[in-house]
Amino acid sequence: MKILKSIAYAVGLPIILIIIWWAATLGTANFYAPSPALLVETFAQVWFSELFLTDVLPSIGRMLAGIALAIMIGITAGLAIGTTRWLRMLLEPTLEFLRAVPPPVLIPVMMLIMGISDSMKIVTIVFGCVWPVLLNTVEGVRAVDSVLSDSSRSYAIGGLARVRHLLIPSASPQIMVGVRQSLSLGLILMVISEMFASSSGLGFSIIKFQRSFAIPEMWSGIALLGLIGVGLSFLFQFVERKALRWYHGQKEVEHAS
Amino acid sequence: MAGRRPATAQRQQWAKRSLGLVGVLGFLLMWQCVSLTGVINPQFLPPASAAITALVVSLGTLEFWEAVRETMLAWGIGLGIAAVTGIVAGFVIGSSSFIRKATHSTIEFLRPIPSVGLIPIAVILFGVKIESSLMLIIYAAFWQILIQVLYGVADVDMVADNTARSFGLGPVSRLRYVTFPSALPFIFTGVRLAAAIALILAITAELIIGSPGLGHAIALAQSGGAVAEMYGLVLAAGLIGVMVNLTMRLLEKKTLSWHSSIRSEIVI
Amino acid sequence: MPANLSIATDRHIALSVRDLRKVYSSDAGDVEAVRNLTFDLPAGELACLVGPSGSGKTTLLKCISGLMRPTGGTILLDGNKIVGPPKKMAVVFQEYGRSLFPWMRVHENVALPLKNQRVPKARRKELVDQALEAVGLAHVPTSYPWQLSGGMQQRVAIARAIAYQPEVLLMDEPFAAVDAQTRADLEDLIRDVWEKLGLTILFVTHDIDESVYLGERVIILSSSPTVIQDDIRVDLPDVRDQLETRSLPRFTELRHHVYQQIQLAKLNHRPADAARPPQASRMVRDA
Repeated sequence: MKILKSIAYAVGLPIILIIIWWAATLGTANFYAPSPALLVETFAQVWFSELFLTDVLPSIGRMLAGIALAIMIGITAGLAIGTTRWLRMLLEPTLEFLRAVPPPVLIPVMMLIMGISDSMKIVTIVFGCVWPVLLNTVEGVRAVDSVLSDSSRSYAIGGLARVRHLLIPSASPQIMVGVRQSLSLGLILMVISEMFASSSGLGFSIIKFQRSFAIPEMWSGIALLGLIGVGLSFLFQFVERKALRWYHGQKEVEHAS
Repeated sequence: MAGRRPATAQRQQWAKRSLGLVGVLGFLLMWQCVSLTGVINPQFLPPASAAITALVVSLGTLEFWEAVRETMLAWGIGLGIAAVTGIVAGFVIGSSSFIRKATHSTIEFLRPIPSVGLIPIAVILFGVKIESSLMLIIYAAFWQILIQVLYGVADVDMVADNTARSFGLGPVSRLRYVTFPSALPFIFTGVRLAAAIALILAITAELIIGSPGLGHAIALAQSGGAVAEMYGLVLAAGLIGVMVNLTMRLLEKKTLSWHSSIRSEIVI
Repeated sequence: MPANLSIATDRHIALSVRDLRKVYSSDAGDVEAVRNLTFDLPAGELACLVGPSGSGKTTLLKCISGLMRPTGGTILLDGNKIVGPPKKMAVVFQEYGRSLFPWMRVHENVALPLKNQRVPKARRKELVDQALEAVGLAHVPTSYPWQLSGGMQQRVAIARAIAYQPEVLLMDEPFAAVDAQTRADLEDLIRDVWEKLGLTILFVTHDIDESVYLGERVIILSSSPTVIQDDIRVDLPDVRDQLETRSLPRFTELRHHVYQQIQLAKLNHRPADAARPPQASRMVRDA
């Protein structure tokens, strides 16, 4: 009964919205708004094809490569900056500026420096996604509990062991906040780097459909983009729940008391 | 341990500022060297001095300020609309557990959809007008604010709410005196995060769609081969970003000085 | 040091604090927290350190554990000067909720310092099991600390400390944040593991009853700037019992004495020979 109820909650509103959409597109053959059935049909036609291999997978690959690099660089640099006072003082204003630069403006810059290539797109994604991870790691490292830090020191846990057993785990909830922001930034940068300057990729395909007024195809591209965003978000939540089980458990206990 | 002596604190502040300045100068110097020594072709990455000169020159032109005005206008209107709708929707949804549960899956599904997916729709609907920018900005900023407001409404202290109830406060007064103040820090966090995202989307719309503003000017400079000017504009975009961030943080600190999350921030 | 010959002659000195001084810089200028502290802790002794609040107990402990640099004086562990956190010392902090790693299970928490010292796996497991057994937690090794009650969490911290096999175990008001029932249990636990394992323990507390009940010796600190107000032997029977020991007339006498000394310390009555040379604890004769 309880499960049925939560299923009803989960699918109720979406079903209502789809019915409204279906009813609104019924009869009147609006050029710009395809009906649900047409969209599903077009979606299958357009994306269950070679296009998926030639344009969608490479896009996703570039995005994941960029985000992965950004996370590694961000955590490493964040650990160094978070634990070193003078380094933090030295770099703070510069980082404050760099992270405030809206990442999309990097696309024309990178295009100039590197030309239109895979690595240009990846570097753009890295450059845009690194800041949330880096700054959150710095914050997380700085907020390490003083008693826990003293405990580790009194047991002579220093150097790399300190990084591995104390700094990274205690900063991980904060790091995850940064990773989440990076994921959505990475997706945005992937799409617009292809929209701005490219002859392949998902972003390019969507723009191509729009320019040739292939409206249902365009909508199917937007839908695919949405699905990738949703998939990425669910993947993140899954990983986060696993990795930070201790954190959520602890929070729950604290809230209960 | 008690606080440090004022003299020590001042010295520290000074050390912090001067080290930070050294960092910025070092960054610019590195840029200058990378360009002048040809590690990166100066045609594609002109020296920092050239970019700064170009920025200073464009600060004196009407076009530059016109572009900044367009960008900030789209940013301001978009953020404003997103804030109002996000906060209202957040309180409506958060007010009842039925609505919250019923909308949860839909929100979780719509939220991660990248707003840049709306670009082709915006082009078809509005072309290169400000409305295109607004559409992207509002979509991206709305979810950010809505989610934070929902957290905030859920975070209301049950003891405070029950106290208010026991004193006979009605739903409207409770919203005014209990729910709203306790959700306020979350609302600010949402608006602060949304402000940065709104700027990103404003620039994106100008860059990709070509609606007027700083992003469009950058794209024009790039395609026109005015490389130093382009870097000058990129610097300007960064400075605007810094100002947006600083303003939002200042606003948050001033308004929420009573709240513990801010108080502890100052102590640390 | 000739004065040391009085009591613990046969035991070698595990911890030696000599002329310890600590000055903090603050708004109002320099604040002298600890003026002059000198005492020895023979191996195998369980000594309690009491003092009025603000008497620099925590400062002293931080200096001994090597977490803080003293302004003057030396601290010797087994004859070696302490400059940083020494390898053969363990500390149990008051804040049990913040001293255990919340992302590690109980047995991982206990094992981590050993792992860090490259203790072989089989030996490590043996030590961890023994320690958990000793604190009565053999049944929860795979729980997370935050799933346990406060008293149990502090037991985990104690297990971690004894598994580490320290020369000296420092305890910084370890039971100040647990309820009275649990506290009595933990006190007996400390007596128990101390007797069984022959540890050297320096136990800091603000609780006068606790210091007399637990210790073989009570070191009373003056108010800040700290010197040693008094240093007494607790001549109670070795087997302590929460009810019986606490109702002994001798317990009341000692408790009374410590209480008086602390009151004096609060009123800023300093011992006549504030900077007296290192000396051993004395017997309390007055009834």
